[in-house]
Amino acid sequence: MSTHQLNAQNLLCPMPVIKTQDKIATLASGDILEVSCTDPGVLSDIPAWCRINGHKLLHSEQSDRIIKLTIEVIHENDR
Amino acid sequence: MTKRKAVALISGGLDSLLAARVIQNQGIHVEGINFYTGFCVEGHTHAIRKKDKAKPKRNNALWSAEQLSMKLHIIDISEEYKDIVINPKHGYGAHLNPCLDCKIFMVQKALDWANDNDFDFIITGEVIGQRPKSQRKETMPIIARESGAEDRLLRPLCAQNLPATLPEREGWINRDELFGFSGRNRKPQIELANKLGFEEFAQPAGGCCFLTDEAYSNKLADLWRYRGEKRYELDDIMLLKIGRHIRPAPNFKMIVSREEGENNFLEGYRKQFLHLRTVSHNGPLTLIDGEPNAEDIELAARIAARFSQGKQDTEVQVKATFPDGQSKILGVAPILPTEIPQGWYV
Ligand code: SF4
Repeated sequence: MSTHQLNAQNLLCPMPVIKTQDKIATLASGDILEVSCTDPGVLSDIPAWCRINGHKLLHSEQSDRIIKLTIEVIHENDR
Repeated sequence: MTKRKAVALISGGLDSLLAARVIQNQGIHVEGINFYTGFCVEGHTHAIRKKDKAKPKRNNALWSAEQLSMKLHIIDISEEYKDIVINPKHGYGAHLNPCLDCKIFMVQKALDWANDNDFDFIITGEVIGQRPKSQRKETMPIIARESGAEDRLLRPLCAQNLPATLPEREGWINRDELFGFSGRNRKPQIELANKLGFEEFAQPAGGCCFLTDEAYSNKLADLWRYRGEKRYELDDIMLLKIGRHIRPAPNFKMIVSREEGENNFLEGYRKQFLHLRTVSHNGPLTLIDGEPNAEDIELAARIAARFSQGKQDTEVQVKATFPDGQSKILGVAPILPTEIPQGWYV
């Protein structure tokens, strides 16, 4: 179980979602991914993507222009 | 019996939502696939412009997948897609939209994905006659053939008007429970949506692709004309979505932000371009694309001053910063609106 970072700043949706999706595909269940973004669209898109794909959004926060989302990876076989 | 699997092309519109649900209702495992071309309207416009911030920011493809309780795979095809936009074998639609080539390419990509992931067939929300260029009775077999999907491509909403496909012939799907929609009338889709319990759905008015937009296509055509070749980078097509584009001369173009959201977005590009900022008055950030000479920069500064709060003053100070970081301050008289020919606006 480890924590990983993804910088998706200055990318517009849906690119941060695609980057999150592709990064999570390389991680193991139980890993934590912290994504930082600037497009406010991620506040709806990344949680929606997590719900659809069964991963757990642990936290989201917005300060100034930076939005941070923390996701727990849960792959299908580990549910 | 093994459960058959289909991959559905999900655009975020109503038709692909319905097509996927109709197939799910026949006991097929369906997952969605959505392609990012770089020209997708979703996300960008509402994320950039502050005035659009009040509008819902949902991504309709993700929303559709959620309604369908199905997985969605979003795939970035923007690099390979360039060739489709630049050299469409079947030509363009009303603007620079290469719809037929685009459909063929997307189905081909979905087929590759289906093969890699052991899926049995592909579904789309296409309806015969729905779109003048790409969704005609004659184009349906072209898409199936040229994508390589052949009879593994099923269009549930108009299947009864087309020859039976593999899933129908094999009995994985009951053809009688598919539909024979055709034409531009949306009523059958709305009725089906109601019947299937979808009360709220996306009906993108201007389409979901910038290439069908006349103003956008004009800007792309202008870019190609003055570059002397049909070529683009992703940054180019992003910037065509933002700001006022003004071309006072063939050798340079100005991109002038219209409001704070655009200003913030253009800030991210300022290191790659010669850019102008009014320093004596509040004003927009302006990027300059091309190879302007000193006289051109002075003219650009006068134009930028016109869009600043100093537009009525006799002089506005404009800072020009070059990509190498060097800068100079110009004191200029804002250009008069009558001195900007309409033809400069791209
Ligand atoms: S509107 Fe755009 S995304 Fe849709 S088929 Fe045409 S070119 Fe492709």
